[in-house]
Amino acid sequence: MSATTAPRRVAEQAIPRQVRTANARSRETLIGAAMASPAVILLAVFFLVPVALAFGLAFTNARLISPRPPHFVGADNFIRLFGDSFFWASLRNTAYFAVVVVPVQAGLALVLALLANAKVRGTNFFRTVYFAPVVTSMVVISLLWRFIYQPDGLLNQIISAVTFGHSHGTDWLNNPTTAMPAIMFMSVWQAVGFHMIIWLAGLQTIPRDLYEAASLDGASAWKTFTHVTWPSLRATRTFILITITIGALSLFTQISVMTQGGPLDRTTTVVFMAVRAGYEQQSTGYAAAVSLVFFVLVLTVSGVQRFLTREKA
Amino acid sequence: MQQITKRSIGAVALVCAAAVGLQACSSGSSSSGSTTEGGVTTLELWTHNGGNPVELAVNKKVVDAFNASQSKYKVKLQSFPQAAYNDAVTAAAAAKKLPCVMDIDGPNVPNWAWAGYLQPLDVPRGFFDKQLPSTLGKVDNKIYSFGHYDVAMNLTARKSVLTQYGIRIPTIDKPWTGEEFDAAVGKIKAGGKYTYPLDLGTAGTGEWIPYAYSPMLQSFGGDLVNRDGYQTAKGVLNGPDALKWATWFRSMITKGYAQQKSGKDSAVDFVNGKSAIMWNGSWAADTVTKKYGADVVFLPPPDFGKGPKIGGASWQWGMSSACAAKDGALEYLKFSAKPEYYVDYAKALGLIPANTDAAAQVPAYAPGGKYRIFLELSQKYAEVRPVTPAYPFISSTFQKAVSDILAGGDPQKILDKAAADIDSNIKSNGNYAY
Repeated sequence: MSATTAPRRVAEQAIPRQVRTANARSRETLIGAAMASPAVILLAVFFLVPVALAFGLAFTNARLISPRPPHFVGADNFIRLFGDSFFWASLRNTAYFAVVVVPVQAGLALVLALLANAKVRGTNFFRTVYFAPVVTSMVVISLLWRFIYQPDGLLNQIISAVTFGHSHGTDWLNNPTTAMPAIMFMSVWQAVGFHMIIWLAGLQTIPRDLYEAASLDGASAWKTFTHVTWPSLRATRTFILITITIGALSLFTQISVMTQGGPLDRTTTVVFMAVRAGYEQQSTGYAAAVSLVFFVLVLTVSGVQRFLTREKA
Repeated sequence: MQQITKRSIGAVALVCAAAVGLQACSSGSSSSGSTTEGGVTTLELWTHNGGNPVELAVNKKVVDAFNASQSKYKVKLQSFPQAAYNDAVTAAAAAKKLPCVMDIDGPNVPNWAWAGYLQPLDVPRGFFDKQLPSTLGKVDNKIYSFGHYDVAMNLTARKSVLTQYGIRIPTIDKPWTGEEFDAAVGKIKAGGKYTYPLDLGTAGTGEWIPYAYSPMLQSFGGDLVNRDGYQTAKGVLNGPDALKWATWFRSMITKGYAQQKSGKDSAVDFVNGKSAIMWNGSWAADTVTKKYGADVVFLPPPDFGKGPKIGGASWQWGMSSACAAKDGALEYLKFSAKPEYYVDYAKALGLIPANTDAAAQVPAYAPGGKYRIFLELSQKYAEVRPVTPAYPFISSTFQKAVSDILAGGDPQKILDKAAADIDSNIKSNGNYAY
């Protein structure tokens, strides 16, 4: 508003040149709004409205298919949720997954990036190899690994072959103790290439003269890493930390394809629970409550991370 | 004036274009699924057979025959891929755009009837006398839907293998008892030729789980929910009989009779000689017969105490409650219920014709036919899944319970939790009163 009214006042008593400027400026504002509108409308329709709806629905007994309009039930959904052992199992697994995957994936990606950044022959080959799983659909990868992990699958064949038949692997995805680690391993393998590329981009922004100076000072490789590379990667680090965390917390595809939350609730996650409650069980209100809790969880975790990694004055 | 009209037409077109996808720019009358033009009423018909050309061809044949048989109504067929069908119907119901006639998966009928998508079929008394009872969608004593076919679960085995181990071949009148069944599988296992002699199809997911395993639970004396009023699962799903079933089911795994997660396709494993006895649907009959010929026997499920049980109900036809041309829809449904169309479906799909007159005309299902047993199993032992709007929730809860039991969890705890979850869902939905 101010952008259009202020220039007009100027235009009334000013010279023609300014009138043209004012017109041009208000046109610019319009064009700007027009260009932003597709994104803004999409964001509103597919993000803001659903979020607002989820907030509302979480306090009703809405169902996916029902002849009756939903009515307000207060905190009933949340009371049931916090008394549901399935929810606590989901929360525990989600935390377990995030706590293991975030450092492992970030660390491994950094190691790979350092290797792929080295001045040796064939680095492009390795970059491509590490990146290949990233561009493959997670559903496809999950299906493949389901075959790898099955009792007579590739992994167990390798184990028997290597130990000359003395040792046989377990039924990885149906064994309560190995199911989650198996999924973690696969997830890290799949996503590590993406974060390797980000680390790589970070590494290449570090000025070469810092390394030259370090080598002139006679710094060891480790000293160079801790005093030059690591401090220079601060922005990259924050970005990687937050994206991996959010990705890890929203674990769903692998679970849905590989284990359906089993065996014995060892791999169920919060997002998986929300989808199951909302679609399979048609309890829209309950699923909205799960989503709301998840929303608050992600917000809190990323808030804490932002605070811990903030630029210290 | 000219100017204004032009512009307003433009505006209407624009709005319509914007609304495409959400709602088509139809004539805009409030009731849906039909239009009348020049004295001919056009009815919409929806089917899930979008990706199934064989069944779709029969759908088309019936529709064409009906359209040719009279001039008052014209049925327009629209097909959807099965995976998207239920979502399409739910979305159409929300937008009040349901077709007049549609097909419905059997266990969904009560839920959709309760939701007001469907209306009861107003047919004369005795109209469905020849119908296989498991293929009628009956809710609250009203018929909402009927199916042209059904399938039957059975134990598939080879005569030569059973006689080799000295196992009695059970018949429909004298099925195996639970102990006999366990002993039979145990004998084959002890023979050492089969690592896992029994294939229960445990790799299956989704609706397969209640379809395949809840009949066993019923045979033990338990059930998914108390069918008297459908208000609680307590005492039925977690009672002593259900516990016996769960313990037995898990014992099949611990004894090494069956795999916790079987191969992806049981019929293929059976054909390749990986399993000796397979729990599967009649849809696998052609595959195994092709390989073993007359050596194949289709056996009734064991009687675990309350008689052998199998699941009933497949896809069925019904009529939407919003249909504007109710008479036409009913006329079409009655037309399609002629025995000859049951025969067409049965012949095209190899499934059980859901009408006794029709069965006599399909050689495999006529008395003495090679698949006659499936029809008899359906007639004698089929039990429909619980007729309650809570069924989708019950099904999902049972799926999880089965997977936990197979994984070796404490059966009593698992069943208690499942029963409590179902009860709290029923309560939070106002007891699903109609």
